[in-house]
Amino acid sequence: MSVYNSLDSITEELHKCMKCGNCMAVCPIYKETRQEVGVARGKISLVEYLLSGEIEMTERLADRFSLCTTCMACNTNCPCGVRFDKIILAARAEAVRKKGLHPVKKIAFTALKMQRMFDFGMKTGSLFQGVALKHVPHKSDRIARMRFDIGIGTDKVFPMLASKTLRSEFPEVVKVKNPKMRVAFFTGCMINYFYTDIGKSVVEVLKENDIEVVIPKGQGCCGIPASVNGDVASASALAKRNLRAFEKLGADALVVACSSGGTAWKHVFGELLENDPEFKALADKWAGKSYDISEFLIHKVPFKKQGLGRVDRKVTYHDPCHLNRGQGINKEPREILKSIPGVTLIEMKEPGRCCGMAGSFSLVHPDLSVQISDRKTADIELTHTDTVATGCPACRLQLKSGVENAGIEEEVLHTIQILAESYRAGKKN
Amino acid sequence: MLAREVLQELIQVLGAENVLTEQEDLLTYAYDATAAMKHHKPDVVVSPLSTEQVAEVVKIAVRHNIPIYPRGSGTNLSGGTIPTKGGMVLSMLNLNKILEIDQDNLTATVQPGVIIQALNDEVLKLGLLYPPDPGTVTTATMGGSLSECSGGLRGLKYGVTKHYIMGLQIVLANGEVIRWGGKTVKNVTGYDLVALFTGAEGTLGIVTEIIVKLIPSPEARKSILAVFDDVDKAGKAIASIIRNKIIPATLEIMDNVTIQTVEHFVHAGLPLDAEAVLLIEVDGYKEVVEREAVLVEQILKDEQAVEVKIAKDDKERDLLWLARRSALPALAQKRPTTVLEDATVPRSKIPDMLKAIRRIADKHNLNIATFGHAGDGNLHPTILTDERDQDEMKRVHLAVDEIFQTAISLGGTLSGEHGIGIAKMKYLDWEFGEAGVAALRRIKEALDPNYLLNPGKIVRRD
Ligand SMILES: Cc1cc2nc3c(=O)[nH]c(=O)nc-3n(C[C@H](O)[C@H](O)[C@H](O)COP(=O)(O)OP(=O)(O)OC[C@H]3O[C@@H](n4cnc5c(N)ncnc54)[C@H](O)[C@@H]3O)c2cc1C
Ligand code: SF4
Ligand code: SF4
Repeated sequence: MSVYNSLDSITEELHKCMKCGNCMAVCPIYKETRQEVGVARGKISLVEYLLSGEIEMTERLADRFSLCTTCMACNTNCPCGVRFDKIILAARAEAVRKKGLHPVKKIAFTALKMQRMFDFGMKTGSLFQGVALKHVPHKSDRIARMRFDIGIGTDKVFPMLASKTLRSEFPEVVKVKNPKMRVAFFTGCMINYFYTDIGKSVVEVLKENDIEVVIPKGQGCCGIPASVNGDVASASALAKRNLRAFEKLGADALVVACSSGGTAWKHVFGELLENDPEFKALADKWAGKSYDISEFLIHKVPFKKQGLGRVDRKVTYHDPCHLNRGQGINKEPREILKSIPGVTLIEMKEPGRCCGMAGSFSLVHPDLSVQISDRKTADIELTHTDTVATGCPACRLQLKSGVENAGIEEEVLHTIQILAESYRAGKKN
Repeated sequence: MLAREVLQELIQVLGAENVLTEQEDLLTYAYDATAAMKHHKPDVVVSPLSTEQVAEVVKIAVRHNIPIYPRGSGTNLSGGTIPTKGGMVLSMLNLNKILEIDQDNLTATVQPGVIIQALNDEVLKLGLLYPPDPGTVTTATMGGSLSECSGGLRGLKYGVTKHYIMGLQIVLANGEVIRWGGKTVKNVTGYDLVALFTGAEGTLGIVTEIIVKLIPSPEARKSILAVFDDVDKAGKAIASIIRNKIIPATLEIMDNVTIQTVEHFVHAGLPLDAEAVLLIEVDGYKEVVEREAVLVEQILKDEQAVEVKIAKDDKERDLLWLARRSALPALAQKRPTTVLEDATVPRSKIPDMLKAIRRIADKHNLNIATFGHAGDGNLHPTILTDERDQDEMKRVHLAVDEIFQTAISLGGTLSGEHGIGIAKMKYLDWEFGEAGVAALRRIKEALDPNYLLNPGKIVRRD
């Protein structure tokens, strides 16, 4: 019984909670609102009342369940080992079963629609962007602000849609001379449509390490934006589509460069498809060979150190929640950064604290998201670095928006981009 | 349900965003950290931003006769914040500023919603320390810990919250605002209301500003672990350390049940067959610490500890304290419900108390682990159970009764640091007698004649 199918699946998880309130110490939402409903303990008690029949699922209750960035900080700080990530997913799925999807998310952000909108945006070229977004001149990142408020404020800085999607820029199979291995690359939406520079760096680094890269054209959105909001049907459909696409081309391993994609391939697909024996088996098979790119380059195929050129950057690293707590990956990106000549790594105060992006959370709760982001930005500023590295394009968006609005000179990059930069520098001399 | 006009008045004073009325919010203020306690939904939750607003809110409550339940972080373990009679929860969390750190007078002035650790983070930068450190330092508020008079690991050498409270600003039950005490070490003007309000659990007034004493942060510390095959020997070792005029900052004990659970949880190298371990930390000037550590080691050996280990570096020290800090988490994961008590006895009676608890556990066929602050006699018998099992819960209640009886008969007290709240109200006359309880009631009624402040806690109205 998975959290996506039934609220009963989490009764034991709920009983573990002793209401000690330790989760208050780390919850980014509670830090801002100081209201009990913001913290895990509050939402756990609401689920308990729901299960005991004291309250019913209402839209107001569903609203309360939207108050969570799913950053998993409470999991880590919980003395009783409560898996709050499971509880919140189950509560949201129940809310959708009973009340339908949240209105804001309905507008554009069920996962399937998102893809169609982006594809449309690509086809009409810069038209959509010209109407909606105002370009912000910037030396490294193509970024923009909303021209008018569609309910998420006009402060947020967005990346510009790429002129060509990543997947259209590469053949399905990127060959190398003497391939050590054949690796499939799951791009995810943000890298495909916005941050193609991250995707190109992934391909570049893999090629540099004699790895043949497969980028199935049939792949789509990972479905996480749907599954975390309780839209289980869309998420399952996407899971199947992706599994089919990758199975068709086959590979020795699969890499991702975003934390949602990693979570999806490693955990979520299998949970969503548990009642479908054929797809469940497929999901498990691919889960076993899915890697975050930094994990892959440290543990699976240790990346080439010779040929690394000098990159003069003072870097601070932000841990994406779903990479760090979700997949236990935090040393690997740092190890990569430290091995690059010229890079100094300076840690910020709480590198593991959520940036407040959390996908559609930032759309439903824009003010809260910005407040959370402001703390992160302040921590970044204190490091006096010139670059923020991170392991997820969604965090990159949020961090960029934060530093840009604070007027801090700071480039925000994915770790893999800095590694690619180093290989490039190595070739010059 | 409150009348519409009451809500309107509250909104007028506080603004709509600081007045919660939807049941989905209210229900999250119906409980606190106390195990196996019935929850009660309040009618409204308000979060004032200033002392003036608190006073206005109290006046509204007086006019409409609405009970007020002050609340910090809701981590207390005695039902102290549960709004048993409905009414208003007064959340103090928006009053969360450190107003001043005075290095000349060694004081800090804070609002009650400041988290204990937040104060310590600030004063540590100046080489200072606010010593009271309940297990919840990173979550509990200054106002809540003041109102419970929280203790913690450093009680033996540094005392507890009440030893650090110098002055208060208080909103009384009639809405008037008073100040008492201040920054002076000496102050005998009038009755000591600062002492009275410390530990009053929100039943006498609402604290809106606190002046606390700070001390220089100790320069060095050293941790020592001692293993015993017999509880009595551990008890004698405790007495012997003190008799030799060494006052460790911390002197903690874990019994066999706790040791086994903790060791399986964190693998800190505790021997599974030990009957008790003591964890000791001495602190102060480097030279003094070196000398005391050696002395403590010798005393422990003389008292027949099976093994004595001094942590060589920070890493070893952290591992030892990880074992201690993991006691509650490790125990809590064994069963769904964790009933954590804090019966306290004179430190010389620790072995008697430990053995009595073991007997009580056997008698009622319960799983009770005991750990705690041996140095100050404050033990935490922790009953691992399941709220859903009614038969077992009956036995839990019987065992709790007997634990308290034993503590009192050994010359101890019902509660060392968790407070009376609802949970221990019925035991008060065991400790005070009827005349004592009546005296408590007269104090309550003098300051809060209509029982508006945290009614149903400490003092029963009858
Ligand atoms: C896991 C765990 C470990 C713990 N360890 C310890 C420990 O080691 N030592 C210890 O002593 N305690 C311990 N406690 C108990 C608890 O953490 C403390 O009592 C804590 O100080 C309470 O702070 P709070 O902010 O949560 O107060 P709350 O629980 O919100 O309130 C406590 C009481 O204070 C009143 N109150 C709150 N604010 C005000 C105010 N401004 N004016 C008037 N009244 C007010 C409330 O009405 C209530 O009666 C522990 C609790 C847990 C869950
Ligand atoms: S820290 Fe864990 S056990 Fe404690 S209240 Fe939060 S979720 Fe519950
Ligand atoms: S997952 Fe993060 S945001 Fe959600 S309740 Fe836990 S700590 Fe708060």
